[in-house]
Amino acid sequence: MTGTSASEQAIAMSGVNKWYGHMQVLKGIDLEVGRGEHIVLCGPSGSGKSTLIRCINHLEEIQQGTVTVNGTTLSQKGSNADHIRRDVGMVFQQFNLFPHLTVLENCMLAQRRVRKASVADAKEKAMRHLERVHIAEQALKYPAQLSGGQQQRVAIARALCMDPKIMLFDEPTSALDPEMVKEVLDTMISLADDGITMICVTHEMGFARAVAHRVIFMDRGEIIESAKPDVFFSNPSHERTKAFLSQILNH
Amino acid sequence: MNYSFDFSPVFAAWPMLLDGILGTLRMSSLSMVFGLALGLVFMLMRMSKLPMLRSIAIGYIELIRNTPILVQVFFVFFGMPALGIRLSGEQAAILAMTLNCAAYAAEIVRGGVQSIRPGQIEAGRALGMHSVDIYRFIVFRPAIRAVYPALCSQFILMMLNSSLMSSVSAEELTYFAQTLDSQTFRSFEIYFTLGVIYLAMSQFFSIALGLIGRVYFSYPAK
Repeated sequence: MTGTSASEQAIAMSGVNKWYGHMQVLKGIDLEVGRGEHIVLCGPSGSGKSTLIRCINHLEEIQQGTVTVNGTTLSQKGSNADHIRRDVGMVFQQFNLFPHLTVLENCMLAQRRVRKASVADAKEKAMRHLERVHIAEQALKYPAQLSGGQQQRVAIARALCMDPKIMLFDEPTSALDPEMVKEVLDTMISLADDGITMICVTHEMGFARAVAHRVIFMDRGEIIESAKPDVFFSNPSHERTKAFLSQILNH
Repeated sequence: MNYSFDFSPVFAAWPMLLDGILGTLRMSSLSMVFGLALGLVFMLMRMSKLPMLRSIAIGYIELIRNTPILVQVFFVFFGMPALGIRLSGEQAAILAMTLNCAAYAAEIVRGGVQSIRPGQIEAGRALGMHSVDIYRFIVFRPAIRAVYPALCSQFILMMLNSSLMSSVSAEELTYFAQTLDSQTFRSFEIYFTLGVIYLAMSQFFSIALGLIGRVYFSYPAK
């Protein structure tokens, strides 16, 4: 992988191995992500792509290797995980909005508890980000009253309220009805245009073409191929990548 | 049958019955609040990573749920003076009911906490929140909501069980009814009326707890 100097690196994973019991789910992962870089991670289900990004903010523990985020190396037990999570926002497949809080309160809670922001500041910032994802008019509704696409946009706004330098997306459109995929992808594209560092697990290849600097293909816990989108789609070098692409593109 | 029913001695004693009703409401409500608070502690111990804390909580819960509440209050009232702890009837009643309620509440609330999807906790962690904050602001309300009907039944059951506290002369409703019975010998009228009052109090609790639930858990479900 091309060497970027430490100061330009947002994320560096080196020699990462992870097991669930006897099953190894990540095998020797080496990955460097530059500041402002957009990476799309794809691969068959069970290939370890979600697990990989969940190691970055220590939602998963690793058994071997190191994960460094903005110059801070995660300790094995995750004692400094909170420090790293301050810089890393995450959006989940199932949105994971808090059902008992309004949209606005969802966006304010962590600002209040983690950043110790005042109510006025937290509210102002929440409304700013809700406007940004075009959902400010729903601020007083509860998650259950919104469509899936709207909920996912709220989840993006909630993450942005913490001023993350890095955003992780874990299959953000997989749980959505087809007609709602676009509104979420458009939101993510506008984020990418602002230059935030982004790792996105997705099979939305149109999105990959539009915003990714690199597309990474994983299979059975390993990174098989990493290339610029035009090369990745037109001329992949590995058989497994070709087989995967033919499956997801030819239907 | 040549018994002539006469409720007038019962109604004439209304100040005493009112005292009893207030006593029952006071003891049950306090035990509910303390019991729920203590129950949360046992629930957290029961779900702790530390085997030691888990064992203590499991032992406590099993002990309480597998012995009669009457034995528990006898132990507190008659047994503890041997250790130098002397409580009034009412204090013993509240303590015993609190300890009893805590064991049941711990298990009920644990069910609620386990019904929370892991994604909720992960979302809190990803936002950088601490475990305590995650429990307090993310898990607690949906967890209680999930088991609220069971919790309410448990509270009502405890209010009814508080009649047993008359055995340690805690001044609740049944205690006064027994006193009245010994003065008037109008047993049928007294215990009939007593039943009606307990029924009304159950309904009262049911409605009051339902209203609290409607206010506190008013958010729409998924």
